Amino acid sequence: MSDAILRCQSLSRTYHSGSHNLTVLKDITFDVSPGEFLAILGPSGSGKTTLLGLLAGLDLPSSGTVHLEGQSLGAMTEDQRARLRVEKIGFVFQSFQLMPTLTAQENVQVPLELKGQPDAAIRARDLLSRVGLSGREHHYPIQLSGGEQQRVALARAFSTRPKILFADEPTGNLDAGTGATIIELMAGLNNDQGTTLILVTHDLELASRSRRTIRLTDGRLSGDTAA
Amino acid sequence: MTELAFLFRMAGRELRAARGRAALLAGTVAVGVSALVANASFTENLRSSVDDQARTLLGADLAFSSRQPFSQSTEAVLDTLAGQGAELSRLTSFAAMAYAPKGRSTRLVQVAAVSGRYPLYGEIATDPPAAWSALQAGANVVVDPSLLPALETRPGDTLALGEARFLISGTIRSAPNQVGFRFALGPRVYIPARQLQATGLLGFGARVQYEAYARLPPGISAQTWARRHRSQLTAERVRIRTVAEDQRNLDEVLSRLAGYLGLVALMALLLAGIGAASAAVVQIRQRTESIAVLKCLGATGGRVFRLYLLESALMALAGSLVGTLLGIALQQLLPRLLGTLLPVQVVPGISWSAVALGIGVGFWITLIFTSFPLLTVRAISPLRALRRVYESERPAHDLRWGGATVALAASIVLLSVHQVGSWRQGVMFAGGAGLTLLLLGGSAWGLTRTLRRRFPERMPYVWRQGLANLYRPANQTTTLILGIGFGAFLLGTLYLMQHNLLQQLRTTGGSGRPNLVLFDIQSDQMTSVQQELQSAGLPLFGPTSIVPMRIAAINGRPITTLLRRPANDEEPEDAWALRREYRSTYRDTLVPSERVVEGTWQRGRSEVPALISVEQDLARELGVKIGDQIVWDVQGVSIASRVTSLRAVDWARFELNFFVVFAPGALERAPQTLVVLTRIPEPLARGRFQRQIAERLPNVSILDLSVLQEALEHLVGRVALAIRFMALFSVAVGVLVLVGALATSRFQRIREAALLRTLGATRSQILRVVLAEYLSLGLLATAVAMVLATLAAWALARFVFEGSFTIPVAAMSALGAGIVALTVAVGLANSLDVVRRTPLEILREE
Repeated sequence: MSDAILRCQSLSRTYHSGSHNLTVLKDITFDVSPGEFLAILGPSGSGKTTLLGLLAGLDLPSSGTVHLEGQSLGAMTEDQRARLRVEKIGFVFQSFQLMPTLTAQENVQVPLELKGQPDAAIRARDLLSRVGLSGREHHYPIQLSGGEQQRVALARAFSTRPKILFADEPTGNLDAGTGATIIELMAGLNNDQGTTLILVTHDLELASRSRRTIRLTDGRLSGDTAA
Repeated sequence: MTELAFLFRMAGRELRAARGRAALLAGTVAVGVSALVANASFTENLRSSVDDQARTLLGADLAFSSRQPFSQSTEAVLDTLAGQGAELSRLTSFAAMAYAPKGRSTRLVQVAAVSGRYPLYGEIATDPPAAWSALQAGANVVVDPSLLPALETRPGDTLALGEARFLISGTIRSAPNQVGFRFALGPRVYIPARQLQATGLLGFGARVQYEAYARLPPGISAQTWARRHRSQLTAERVRIRTVAEDQRNLDEVLSRLAGYLGLVALMALLLAGIGAASAAVVQIRQRTESIAVLKCLGATGGRVFRLYLLESALMALAGSLVGTLLGIALQQLLPRLLGTLLPVQVVPGISWSAVALGIGVGFWITLIFTSFPLLTVRAISPLRALRRVYESERPAHDLRWGGATVALAASIVLLSVHQVGSWRQGVMFAGGAGLTLLLLGGSAWGLTRTLRRRFPERMPYVWRQGLANLYRPANQTTTLILGIGFGAFLLGTLYLMQHNLLQQLRTTGGSGRPNLVLFDIQSDQMTSVQQELQSAGLPLFGPTSIVPMRIAAINGRPITTLLRRPANDEEPEDAWALRREYRSTYRDTLVPSERVVEGTWQRGRSEVPALISVEQDLARELGVKIGDQIVWDVQGVSIASRVTSLRAVDWARFELNFFVVFAPGALERAPQTLVVLTRIPEPLARGRFQRQIAERLPNVSILDLSVLQEALEHLVGRVALAIRFMALFSVAVGVLVLVGALATSRFQRIREAALLRTLGATRSQILRVVLAEYLSLGLLATAVAMVLATLAAWALARFVFEGSFTIPVAAMSALGAGIVALTVAVGLANSLDVVRRTPLEILREE
């Protein structure tokens, strides 16, 4: 699989806090192909979120490497990784992480503006209507429900047409019905734009929507199954 | 361009969401800037007013002055000048006792005998207006209005000066040349010159100043003329002043005063900078997750830093603009505070250099202070968007941090130096301010550390909760202690300084010390003086002999050679010391206010050469050392002398001190006057005694030290008022910093209070928690500030003013208590909202 969009090899991550050493991830190796929908499944504390952070270049491994489209994240500076993120990566967080001081539309606009795209406002409105939030453009996050906030976050994540989208328990803070809508939206956008989707969850039902599932137990890779 | 557009758009969005906070911060900066601008603008206007009115201040193009009547050759020079079309007028001035027969009271005054048109520029405005032009018509006097109540007399009454009687024809409303402190010795009295002889006051020993003023015809430049004739006239002991030189000297004095005021103003701005920095710390703490998300979305650390820097810059700019406007409005108050200290009418106007200073400095100082917390945004990990970060992400103190530190320190030093116009003083001030802030910050650190380590577990609940607020995460203890402490430090230092300066003046009037000086007593009048004192049962200190003399030669070089320098614009630095009249005495003992610092004190008698002791600063100015020869001209007789010792003299003590003291032997037969001191504690008796002397010995002048003391106290009071006015800005900034710090933690507090009330806490308990917190903050900050203020004031008193130092414990305690009360009041006022609303109301907002 030399055309893998994401390749991680022998990833380990150990945290040093005072005199304690805590190894959260041990020797993780796998590849992800372009357009794939991958779920990383595991109970709380299994190291899922840490793995997501490493794959997206938000954190650096204690040992091992991550390559995104052939580029080694470890060899880059933080600023280079930031530029890589604006070009190729999108995020959806469990707690939505909308900027509270910005309206819905402005939140969606930010990545486009960071990229320097001229038609940011038009694109943002278009994306908001695609997630069903027409007419709510000028509402602040605090004026939106949890499901609506996550839809804004989705619109933001897809706004720059990322090659790869990382979602960290995207339905964790939502009720079942709303969560299902969010996953459908994500899958739909994955199909439309051919975005590679990497979903972290402890929810088996959610994981079953993916085409491939990686299981983590105590920081180790304990299974890799294709649907 | 897109980068800049993005930054502006994002900054606009952030500021829109935090309007209140931004306004408060801009307001804090505005108050800090306004003090600086008010001072700079006032100084600029004062300077341009001096420039505009300089000719009126001098009253002429050229002024000549000498302690002796002008010599033949000087008169010849003046005649030539008159022949070229210059208009001349003369003034002869001296101190004398004025006596009002009606009020039967006396007062030491400055008499100025006028001939010719005076002043040659500007005018002396009198009440009634015609009094000045009618002065020469007869035996009239025009007097300073302050003299009338002192003598219990009115215009139209008689005033006696020496042996002559005058009619008080009017009072002076305004006159050129009337700088407040020059007339501390006595109010001014103008008489016609032709009445001078009748007073009989120009006898031997009188200290007379002879002046001539010239208004030049077009075509003669004062500066050029002065340059050409200076060396000749200086050799004749005549001093020439031109408008330009006067203006420069006045500028220098005023700049120094304004510089010190400016330093106090600068304190307010520094405090505002600290407030801005602490607001930025809170802002970043609250925005950490948003910053992490921005980084997840691809913003680089530099971009996020620039975004928040731009926000700070916009607030700093807004604050500086508002502060500049405020400062221009407030500058109108300064002339009123300084009052009679100012030599000119200050014409208010907009000073563009002050505007530029306010905007530029306000903007830069705020930005550089906030850059410290803002630099930390670079280190915030994007991982925070996913979850808490376990490992510390505190950035190492890297090059950027070092750069900001250097820039901040350099800016403060340069600003201080710019304010006072001296490197040494500027660096000392900046160092002192920095040290104070460090020590205040250190005490805040010590407090939180001590509380964390040894928490007073056994205290009542409200106290434990209040104290815990001081060290829990996201506390603002350091900011608050800096804000409160710095304001308290300033007020404390200023109060102590003023107290000690006044104290120094007052001790001179202390019990047992003489408070009346009788001078110009002729030798043959001494017995009468003794009798007067004896019959009134008054103590007599002295008599001390005073022998007027001039320097004739130093080490064989005659004075004319010493005074004649190569043609030069300015007169030589030591010209005054060479030219002046010395009033020396002879004795073989030291007095308490002097000590020998070099050589040995003369004992026994000496005649040729006479042994002398010279005051050390004068010796430095004259360039003489132990063993040098000085020949004195004592009323035409040459007396050779040798310097055997140098003395340090404490001039601040109102005692009879001398630049030059002779060993007994050489001066006894020289013409001399006597000075006697006495003490009359009771003011009415003092007045009565002065009147008796004025009636019986009209040529004897009496200096009432308590009057002099009052004049000096008034002067110190004026300056202190102006400085305190400037210090008020710092206090205002301190309060705003306090309010700002409270406002930023308000949300957290409201939530906590709501939770506490849900759990059963009463409103009074919650208010008492706030009370405990602010009381301990206020107490610590004020206590540390008062100790630092005492140290600073002591150092100033000891090394700068060279006086004694006492601590007014009661007044300082009251000041401290006031500051603590203010702190608690602001704390409680900000917390009222917390208890006013119901818990449910607050929790629902979540």
